[in-house]
Amino acid sequence: MAYALQQLINGISLGMIYGLIAVGYTMVYGIIGMINFAHGDVFMIGAFIALITALLLSAGGMLDGPAAILLMLLISMAFTAFYGWTMERVAYRPLRGSFRLAPLITAIGLSIVLQNYVQVSQGARVKPMEALLPGGIEVMRDGGFVVQLSFTQMLIIGVTLAVLAVFTLLVTRTPLGRAMRACEQDRKMAALLGIDTDRTISLTFVIGAALAAVAGTMYLLRYGVIDFYIGFLAGVKAFTAAVLGGIGSLPGAVLGGLLIGLIETFWSAYFSVQYKDVAAFSILVLTLIFLPTGLLGRQEVEKV
Amino acid sequence: MTPLLDIDCLSAGYGAVQALSDVSLQVMSGEIVTLIGANGAGKSSLLMSICGDPKPRAGRIRLTGEDITGAPTHAIMRRGVAQSPEGRRIFPRMTVRENLLMGAEALTREDPAAQLEQVFTLFPRLKERLAQRGGTLSGGEQQMLAIGRALMSKPRLLLLDEPSLGLAPLVAKLIFGAIRRLNAETGLTVLLVEQNAFQALRLAHRGYVLVNGRITMEGSGAALLARPEIREAYLGGHG
Repeated sequence: MAYALQQLINGISLGMIYGLIAVGYTMVYGIIGMINFAHGDVFMIGAFIALITALLLSAGGMLDGPAAILLMLLISMAFTAFYGWTMERVAYRPLRGSFRLAPLITAIGLSIVLQNYVQVSQGARVKPMEALLPGGIEVMRDGGFVVQLSFTQMLIIGVTLAVLAVFTLLVTRTPLGRAMRACEQDRKMAALLGIDTDRTISLTFVIGAALAAVAGTMYLLRYGVIDFYIGFLAGVKAFTAAVLGGIGSLPGAVLGGLLIGLIETFWSAYFSVQYKDVAAFSILVLTLIFLPTGLLGRQEVEKV
Repeated sequence: MTPLLDIDCLSAGYGAVQALSDVSLQVMSGEIVTLIGANGAGKSSLLMSICGDPKPRAGRIRLTGEDITGAPTHAIMRRGVAQSPEGRRIFPRMTVRENLLMGAEALTREDPAAQLEQVFTLFPRLKERLAQRGGTLSGGEQQMLAIGRALMSKPRLLLLDEPSLGLAPLVAKLIFGAIRRLNAETGLTVLLVEQNAFQALRLAHRGYVLVNGRITMEGSGAALLARPEIREAYLGGHG
């Protein structure tokens, strides 16, 4: 019981990270109908910028307390958002109106470019970082087993919920959110209603990248080691989460992320750690076969 | 007097297809002008090309003398053009109310409440459907919504693409009546594309006939209605 509770806590905090990345996949898919396979690497870039910020702060003797973490988060979001914007501007916009496969292939190419760029500029070795928030609280004690909720996990859950709340308000209550929804449903009509669709698509990439940066920073704080390759696995899992939740659905992405995080954690805890990726990707295969629209997705036949 | 819309030798197309060749057309402020022609003649292409999509390959488009040739779609619409497009293009997952508000969203800073009321007086049916999703409306209701949405920005020029297509005669009559009323009461300028040439020419002050992307005839609605070749080609059913 205590063991399961611990897995639940671990699974939720991991799932939150997947959920944040998955939102980026699902947003871009919703608005331009393309899977941005470089999005996992944007998450990796976010983790690296957070680490670089931490190292700079540490060099200045200021890597301490919540202010340092907040600074890492904000700087990572700002720079990663810029990466997201550039990516769309340079690689995807010129291909708009081209055949469907072109941006998809470009995305895969871009993913390789980003990985190699970081590998060359930052080195291929794994980068460690000291724990910024050591310790935690004891939730429950069962014989010799102590269920712990670490401060980092609390931070991950708190920050993710706050970021998702702001993001939800943005999509449902602001002119930008309405423009995004209009573009998602009918881009040509949105333009006829005076919406600058190019700008809306740019901002979608910017927001998606900023959310991935939050995930990257949280990942760095939680696991303490990153390398240029972390974006691949995290990206594919977040993509799985987006598909499981129903690609195009924002609540679905968060739900899918949580489920994948939980499945992966419980599988590792009760069956085999070696096969945890197999478990996550089997979900992708099963979803695509039996529930292609995902849990909260909708049928594509709605066009009148 | 400067025409509200002045199209001068416009050519446009999609890829290898040339949809419009050398089209010249004027719409004066306060007029209803109709464009009639067979399927595939280029009527919808012309309305879309006025809105910048596809961009003109040659020729000029001016709005009250201002050159808008090659401007992006959203910039053209922000100068007081609104379109109820082919296929209506209602946002299926937004409610009727949200669809209407989207019509004002990016185009006007004014409070949309007054404009909403005007749309409801024109189409009371929409008021009953406010909370319903756009995708669940009947064809006639969707057409009313498409026109209502276009009116939300208080346009100077309203472009209507086949508003009677696929509608029961009674509903079509209601729509045409609404267009007449709008023009008479508010002086709204309308460029109307129709395959129902008889109704369109009766409603319009002037008309143009489009054949294979070229203008072949123009004249007042009554004069065009009287031409035998028009009666033969487009008014068969009403002969």
